[in-house]
Amino acid sequence: MTMTDAPTATSVIGQRLLRKEDPVLLTGEAVFANDMKVPGALHMAVLRSPYASATIVSIDTSAAAAMPGVRAVYTGADLAEQWAAPMPCAWAVTEDMLNPPHHPIAIDAVHYVGDGVAVVLADSDAIAHDAIEAIDVEYDSREPIIDLDDALSDRVLVHPDLGTNSSYTWNLLIEETDGAVQKAFDEAAYTVSERYVQQRLIPMAMEPRAVVSIPQPFGGDLTLYTSTQIPHVLKVMIAVTLGVPEHQLRVIAPAVGGGFGSKLDVYAEELLCVALSRKHGVPVRWNETRSENTVATIQGRGQIQHMELAADADGKLTAMRVRLTADMGAYMQLITPGIPLLGAFLYAGVYDLPKAYDFSCTGVFTNLTPTDAYRGAGRPEATYAIERAMDALAAVVGLDPLEFRRRNFIRKEQFPYEACTGLTYDSGDHDAAATIAADMIDYAGVRARQAEQNVDGATKRLGLGVSTYFEMCGLAPSRVLASLNYSAGGWEAATVRILPTSKVQVVTGTSPHGQGHETSWSMIVADKLGIDPADVDVLHSDTTIAPLGMDTYGSRSLPVGGVAVGMACDKVIDKAKQIAAHQMEANVDDLEFTGGVFRVAGSPDKEMPLAAIAFEAFTAHNLPDGLEPNLEAQVTYDPPNFSWPFGTHMCLVEVDIETGAIEVLQYVAVDDCGNQVNPMIVEGQVHGGVVQGLAQALFEGADHDADGNLRTSTLADYLVPAASDVPSITTGRSVTPSPTNPLGVKGVGEAGTIGAAPAVMNAIVDALSGLGVHDVSMPASPNTVWNAIHAAQSTTSPNGGPQ
Amino acid sequence: MEITVTVNGTPQTHDVEPRLLLVQYIREVVGLTGTNIGCDTSSCGACSLHLNGEAVKSCTVLAVQADGQDIRTIEGMAAADGTLHPMQQAFMENHGLQCGYCTPGMVMAATSLLQENPNPTEEDVRLGLEGNLCRCTGYHNIVKSVLAAASANA
Repeated sequence: MTMTDAPTATSVIGQRLLRKEDPVLLTGEAVFANDMKVPGALHMAVLRSPYASATIVSIDTSAAAAMPGVRAVYTGADLAEQWAAPMPCAWAVTEDMLNPPHHPIAIDAVHYVGDGVAVVLADSDAIAHDAIEAIDVEYDSREPIIDLDDALSDRVLVHPDLGTNSSYTWNLLIEETDGAVQKAFDEAAYTVSERYVQQRLIPMAMEPRAVVSIPQPFGGDLTLYTSTQIPHVLKVMIAVTLGVPEHQLRVIAPAVGGGFGSKLDVYAEELLCVALSRKHGVPVRWNETRSENTVATIQGRGQIQHMELAADADGKLTAMRVRLTADMGAYMQLITPGIPLLGAFLYAGVYDLPKAYDFSCTGVFTNLTPTDAYRGAGRPEATYAIERAMDALAAVVGLDPLEFRRRNFIRKEQFPYEACTGLTYDSGDHDAAATIAADMIDYAGVRARQAEQNVDGATKRLGLGVSTYFEMCGLAPSRVLASLNYSAGGWEAATVRILPTSKVQVVTGTSPHGQGHETSWSMIVADKLGIDPADVDVLHSDTTIAPLGMDTYGSRSLPVGGVAVGMACDKVIDKAKQIAAHQMEANVDDLEFTGGVFRVAGSPDKEMPLAAIAFEAFTAHNLPDGLEPNLEAQVTYDPPNFSWPFGTHMCLVEVDIETGAIEVLQYVAVDDCGNQVNPMIVEGQVHGGVVQGLAQALFEGADHDADGNLRTSTLADYLVPAASDVPSITTGRSVTPSPTNPLGVKGVGEAGTIGAAPAVMNAIVDALSGLGVHDVSMPASPNTVWNAIHAAQSTTSPNGGPQ
Repeated sequence: MEITVTVNGTPQTHDVEPRLLLVQYIREVVGLTGTNIGCDTSSCGACSLHLNGEAVKSCTVLAVQADGQDIRTIEGMAAADGTLHPMQQAFMENHGLQCGYCTPGMVMAATSLLQENPNPTEEDVRLGLEGNLCRCTGYHNIVKSVLAAASANA
């Protein structure tokens, strides 16, 4: 493992500090939304459509309403006047994007299995669930559209009023000269044309969603507790959607049990709880069952990718063409249409592609649960396509996949590198990361073992998969978001407040749910102020305590929010310096600040600790003229660029070609996220990310029948891997500090997931390449692998079976 | 139906509905919310607690079935003086948790596992915890935590 620019030994940054978050989580003291004890709350349950497409003919709620303990039953029509606006979609990717109105409860038609059709308020959760069973709905069902190609044909329409299932087509054509892409393909020495399917995935945060809305009927204030990643965005969206005055809204994300993008949304149940708690003047709460979660919370991925690469005689990439069909599901959720666009800038991966890039994506409605952000959001899909296609092209060129990649890497000396898409990759060293990974897995040794093992007649075959990635994260420069027609900015806010007794409060606009911000932000502050991290408290996820924020998603929290914390520290030190200079009767410019103490240069006897200045700022007895009596600073930071972590992952598998069973023998992840604040937390993010990517490759897929019913609607059917299903992960790192921000940091939350699926699938295909297998679809279940082997053999072998 | 159980050393008597699950009883009647619910098919293990010293998924037990028995939840693991249980300490020291939602169940299942097998191999731990799902850690540091707790005991 190599490290460059390692933090100094005395620095808090870079240490494996244990997490502050843990004691409350380990003892049951943490309060998740569903743990809250709220006297007088009514429990809400939602009746969901069993049909993927139907008109609602009638709803009879009388039997439910008559049940003891039931306080109210509402249909979509009953609540229609509650909504000042339809549910929000913040990303109209094109001016003519079609976005049908989406209400928290369907009013006259349902468009997916799980669409809400009625709600019950009752004295207990059990009574509410009993009551929804007693509601009688008459549906007139229609043929649903499940398949993406079928949806594109407009044979049957999800939303008949729109006249088409295609919501938008978004294009990105980059050519040095007109026709450059086609010319490059015409003149290419080598080309490949591949089709990949990104199956729908269910995010499955271990905590299902839960909502508690507490109104103040006479005062008018309302507090919403919800298991969300985005309390700040949600507050604005509730104000817009429900017409609730924003200044009277407080949104709190208490302990949140994982998100992975699935809690980066504005959900029907949040709006229903707010609306109904205001209507009834009492608290209303809702907790999602797991079976509801699989249909009522967004799903991820859901794309068909056509990937074409062209290369010259030396095996250098010369052009790329990408055609995507992206499954929106039945409606647009918060950023549904933009997910594929987050990948659009990454299809060239870590490679030096000339200006010959042609990308087009069509977003299509289907009668399925809406899709939206899931760990990586568009970027794992893009990385999968380029990394699988690079293996396919390497085979055509006749080069080892790693050697072929090295020929095309953007070289270290090319950074900062202006990509063909116009974005600037601020830093990178792909050769170094690849070399570390190759050394860790003994690349040459494995290739030799493979040659020995994978001989004719061998039933257990070794496969080595490589994937490299660049991630565009740290969302995001606000002006870039504007150019993509996204309706919000990408800044982050932080306040650092030194209390009279010199303890420190940090207020952050990020909203952690497992990432350890309390620990990492404390370390940043401790390092800057020269204090003990234990003397720092991090306040977050409450829009009244932390009024400014853009929340947590897209591996943004450290490179945007953490950087803001560091900048706020600098600002507070500047103010403290003015007080110190005043009190020591020295010139501000002569002061040095190290280890929490101000010293006057050249006068070693003159010094003043930060703690003393904190108390001086509090008493305000002797401050410079005009200086406000507090020691607090606030920064709102809009990043000038994205954050560009990168890495190389390698996976070694053994495939039993008689059964199709796959054993992952080794997984190596080398990730470069710049300077690491807490390597323990970084590794934890990588471990979890890798397993989520590996799970897409091997286990997971939201499987729907032809009627649009989810067949994998519980954790008994949907294969979230258990400890016994996955290997240990070997992590390595290189450190290429980001020149974009003063901490030199890059995001790492999604990196593992981005690297993993292609590494695993490349390994499987590599193992089977001697049998004529060119591709295996995800998830690569034993059955899928066995079928792929037999399909290849039936076309290549005179005997029609594996040799 | 009236039931009497001991929860973390304290006897409790309540009148409960026959259909009430033990996890609902612990959370809603006793009021201890450290035991979490992550599914409705007894798949995830988030609700694991100790019934007569052995880990069970408390969604697979009716409250009435626990009548007369001894229950220990995550709230009963740390010592009265605030010292964490060795398994809790091992999870903290090895970053065996991120969001923490599966953690109480994971800690209860892991302590039960070590009672049955005080010196497990990595494979024993992985197989022994297959009834407890985690979405954050990829299990790497959970396995490390349990192995560390085992060697601390040895």
